[in-house]
Amino acid sequence: MAGSNPNAKPMDLTLKIWRQKDKNSAGQLVTYPLNGISPDMSFLEMLDVLNEELLVKGEEPVAFDHDCREGICGMCSLFINGRAHGPERGTTTCQLHMRHFNHGDTITIEPWRAAAFPVHKDLIVDRSAFDRIQQAGGYVSVNTGGVPDANEIPIPKTIADKAFDAATCIGCGACVAACKNASAMLFVSAKVSQLAMLPQGKVEAKTRVENMVAQMDVEGFGACSNTGACAAECPVGISLDNIAMMNREYLGAKASSENV
Amino acid sequence: MNWFTKTFSSTIGRKIIMSVTGLFLCSFLVVHLVGNLTLFYQDGGEAFNIYSHFMANNPVIRTMEIVLVLGFLFHIYDALVLTRRNKAARPVGYAENHPQENSTWSSRNMGLLGTIILVFLLVHLWNFFVPARFGELEGVPNAEYTNLYAEVVKAFKNPIYVGLYVISMIALAYHLIHGFQSAFQSLGLTHKKYTPFIKTFGVAFSVLISLGFALIPLYFFFFVNL
Repeated sequence: MAGSNPNAKPMDLTLKIWRQKDKNSAGQLVTYPLNGISPDMSFLEMLDVLNEELLVKGEEPVAFDHDCREGICGMCSLFINGRAHGPERGTTTCQLHMRHFNHGDTITIEPWRAAAFPVHKDLIVDRSAFDRIQQAGGYVSVNTGGVPDANEIPIPKTIADKAFDAATCIGCGACVAACKNASAMLFVSAKVSQLAMLPQGKVEAKTRVENMVAQMDVEGFGACSNTGACAAECPVGISLDNIAMMNREYLGAKASSENV
Repeated sequence: MNWFTKTFSSTIGRKIIMSVTGLFLCSFLVVHLVGNLTLFYQDGGEAFNIYSHFMANNPVIRTMEIVLVLGFLFHIYDALVLTRRNKAARPVGYAENHPQENSTWSSRNMGLLGTIILVFLLVHLWNFFVPARFGELEGVPNAEYTNLYAEVVKAFKNPIYVGLYVISMIALAYHLIHGFQSAFQSLGLTHKKYTPFIKTFGVAFSVLISLGFALIPLYFFFFVNL
């Protein structure tokens, strides 16, 4: 228990945090010492402690995005020590625990950096570009009639699994943040493939991929260099296979759809 | 814009052009290297001179030469357009960033590697292609071809050229190690059965092709006497 593991002792940290008043102001990294942090805290709880201290001192707390704190909503972000969602793989910032850091560490915390994700305030970026890409085609239009029987449409287990894997994308934007080109290809490809693989989604597959890619380009995301940084940093492990699938879908749709 | 130009000016469309031209340029490398292996014949350059005469005069080769130039131009032009776009997609960078934790160096520096190869290509054309094609070479006695072999021997006695050639071939190797398999990914040609083979083949291809080219100047510098 406490005391046996040297890491279990409270930690003293130096935080370098991006502070920016609003969209139109210039920002800068500000240094904050923070002492007595429990290794069992999550990264966001550590920031909560900092904000409590700032409030007591009468300073403006650090603004950061968060919601479920269970790793499933995709709301938290943060570029921590040069990595999207911090140094641990397959982890959102809310699920990152302070035991992965050491007493005396300096931790640099920056917002996602992309032209398509403008900084709102401090560490909060505007990710509505993702919403607009989704609205361009990331859905299935259905006339909901009566409830169909289960398994009325046979879907092979392997396909269902792949579609589900793509559908686990939580839209956090770590792929964009990690990509040297700030490309949204992994996000868009997950949204395209999860529907393109299933019979219900196939109906609108061609128009969907055309419109979603067009919107992705309008938003000002970069192109894909196939570095693989996105998939490596993705907290839910979305595979690069989705990007290959979207490229296939896109080329096929452009060649054969009737949208001129 | 009509659907066709719209498709090929989208980010994915441009990557498809990069892939197709890149793989086409890989096929050129194979042809070029196989031809250059005639330099290793111990015949005073006869086989190489006959080969280069053929390459300069055969109508099929001359036609493909135009396609080859177009392949280079499209590859370079799209690379410039994409690089500009990609830079603009992140106007403010990170104060601290550790991309080596999530990607390979060559995959992040294709533009730099490509620029080294482009500089090499221009020097290389100036060394051999320009004199061979626009004729300032001496003829070979009793033969209808000129002596490009003599130019090769002369150039590869220059340590600066040899160094430039070897460094450029290292850049080519790294460019291809990422580019070869990346082209298949961009074209959507991935499959559980074939992708592992494509990746392994791509690395072997990149190393062997670059090594083959790099051995030529080294061989002439160290082992061929004037």
